Amino acid sequence: MEAKTEPIATRHAYGDALVALGEAHEDVVALDADLAVSTQSMKFGKKFPERFFNCGAAEAGMMSMACGLAATGKVPYASSFAIFATGRSYDQIRLGIAHNELKVRIGASHGGVSLGEDGASHQMIEDIALMRAMPKMQVVVPADYNQAYRTVIESYERVEGPLYMRFGRPATPVVYEEIPATLGSGVDVLREGSDISIFACGHMVHRALEAAGVLASEDGVEAEVLNVAIVKPLAAEAVVESLAKTGVGVTAEEHRVVGGLADAVREAAAEQHPVPVFALGMGDEFGVSGTGEACMEHFGLTAAGIVDRAREALLLKPIVSHPPIHGGRQ
Amino acid sequence: MHLTPVPDPEPPALAGKEPSIAGLERYATILRINCVRMLAVAKSGHLDSSLSAADIVAALYHRELRHDPADPGWPERDRFVLCKGHAAPIQYAALAEHGYFPRQDLMGLRKVGSHLQGHPDMNRTPGVEVSTGSLGQGLSTCVGICLALRLDGLDGTAQVFGVLSDGDCQEGETWEGAAAAAHYEVPNLTAIVDYNHLQTDGTTEEVMDTGDVRAKFEAFGWDSVEIDGHDMGAIVEALRRSRTLRKPAAIVCQTKKGRGVSLMEDRFGFHGKPPSQEQATEALEELEARLAEQEEALQAGAASGEGGDGGS
Ligand SMILES: Cc1ncc(C[n+]2csc(CCOP(=O)(O)OP(=O)(O)O)c2C)c(N)n1
Ligand SMILES: [Mg+2]
Repeated sequence: MEAKTEPIATRHAYGDALVALGEAHEDVVALDADLAVSTQSMKFGKKFPERFFNCGAAEAGMMSMACGLAATGKVPYASSFAIFATGRSYDQIRLGIAHNELKVRIGASHGGVSLGEDGASHQMIEDIALMRAMPKMQVVVPADYNQAYRTVIESYERVEGPLYMRFGRPATPVVYEEIPATLGSGVDVLREGSDISIFACGHMVHRALEAAGVLASEDGVEAEVLNVAIVKPLAAEAVVESLAKTGVGVTAEEHRVVGGLADAVREAAAEQHPVPVFALGMGDEFGVSGTGEACMEHFGLTAAGIVDRAREALLLKPIVSHPPIHGGRQ
Repeated sequence: MHLTPVPDPEPPALAGKEPSIAGLERYATILRINCVRMLAVAKSGHLDSSLSAADIVAALYHRELRHDPADPGWPERDRFVLCKGHAAPIQYAALAEHGYFPRQDLMGLRKVGSHLQGHPDMNRTPGVEVSTGSLGQGLSTCVGICLALRLDGLDGTAQVFGVLSDGDCQEGETWEGAAAAAHYEVPNLTAIVDYNHLQTDGTTEEVMDTGDVRAKFEAFGWDSVEIDGHDMGAIVEALRRSRTLRKPAAIVCQTKKGRGVSLMEDRFGFHGKPPSQEQATEALEELEARLAEQEEALQAGAASGEGGDGGS
């Protein structure tokens, strides 16, 4: 597969990579719940009709079917919108898939508020929290098409056990010029800096890079930008290493500030290197209808939003001559 | 293209009279016209899903439903639940027609700052009983409403009407609701299935065959009938009858998705896609021509003393 250069939705990588996996591995099967055109699993369905199971609007049943398929030696990729792939079928995923540590891959498209017009009922903003809290579940939120493609390909070989992948609806700029050779630790330093660490995932990564540019030109602040694609298990060393260098952080995600990337980073920081980490994300509120871009604006999920959060965090940055407490011992 | 929300000319004053079948058909056309206008402006939403249910919604809002736009919280009102919440435009059109909010609001559909969300939201839009948009939840919600009405001694008065889609009937929760309604013997529930045989990924027969939905409800202990969901007389009759039954009643309506707009009627490929400018123009021409014919016929009927508003 050629790397993409123009903006394109990450969900397209799901469909494209699924076809490649289907060609390479006979045990790959795919399921969807009447959203196969939206999630792009239809590409697989067209190519491998005998290995594709559309369940209709029946997500809970789909997840249990995936459980049965995996328990019987197949590698199921089950897709729907993030809202229904998690919220509608939480218990089925929990007992049937996670507790059994089955190799089921959940392809959740239309994550976050950028799905736009369908509004609050469809805008999933707590899926990362749900899936991160679930024992054994691994969570990946790729930043662009190219990384999303690698995520899906790697999902077959690299990890055992259950995996949740979150994709988006709107076209989003590419961050990686090539399809990366690997997801690596799941934390990539995309821009080096010494003044503040910006941790972002998914659609917020290119916005974080933009924010870093603004901070450099307007504030003379050199921000380090880290793409945290693998939110769980988090490569805590990479997070802590950056915070140790910069002394202050900001997280940015298209998700509630509870339970997602913000908490993942803060948990690592709180135990290993407690410094201020401010979160940008959705507060205690549901989404609204509007274009995807208008919704992102409405909730401040923009480069400007990240800049604002960074400026607030920088005010609390510990003074260099007084290093952070390091667990309170001196 | 006429994108103003108000069809011209203004509907004749009804003065408390019950619209005739022909009158209801005219209302259905008005609702359809406003759906096309809304979606053309919003450039987003589910048009064919809304058109499919237009006759059912017209029959309910313009004849069968006991409601009071001046007092949306009137405790004895009938309840309408759009289980297939993605067809929100058709409900919004009906609510606007009754003055729950200004018709002009329809043009704000799906925009930031508008109360007309992509799916019905009870905390934003007057006249919406309960928020929907996740398929399968609606029927159980209706059962809950019925049980509350029973506790308030209103289950002999207020009927609860839920409109379900094919997708609703695929979700297991719908059948949990069906079982609960029968188990608790709710007397005041009418489930109307907009069985148009089309869903997001294809026909229901291709994607997940829902089979004989009428027989399924019957097997769950419901009264269950099947009708042509675009035959206004049959719809009105079935709705009226369901109210007289002292058990949950299903009305399975055989419908055509996109009904009334030839370019999309009963055709796959339009789900969730707003009409292009050209499609909207073509659709409005067709619907406005139909409206003109219907009004002419109504006037002729009124002049000859039959078939006009007030008759049946
Ligand atoms: C639980 C759930 N799953 C998936 C969806 C996404 N979705 C919206 S409409 C639809 C199916 C549309 O077909 P149908 O139910 O037959 O409704 P129609 O528009 O034909 O009346 C789907 C799958 C949803 N809204 N809720
Ligand atoms: Mg349908």
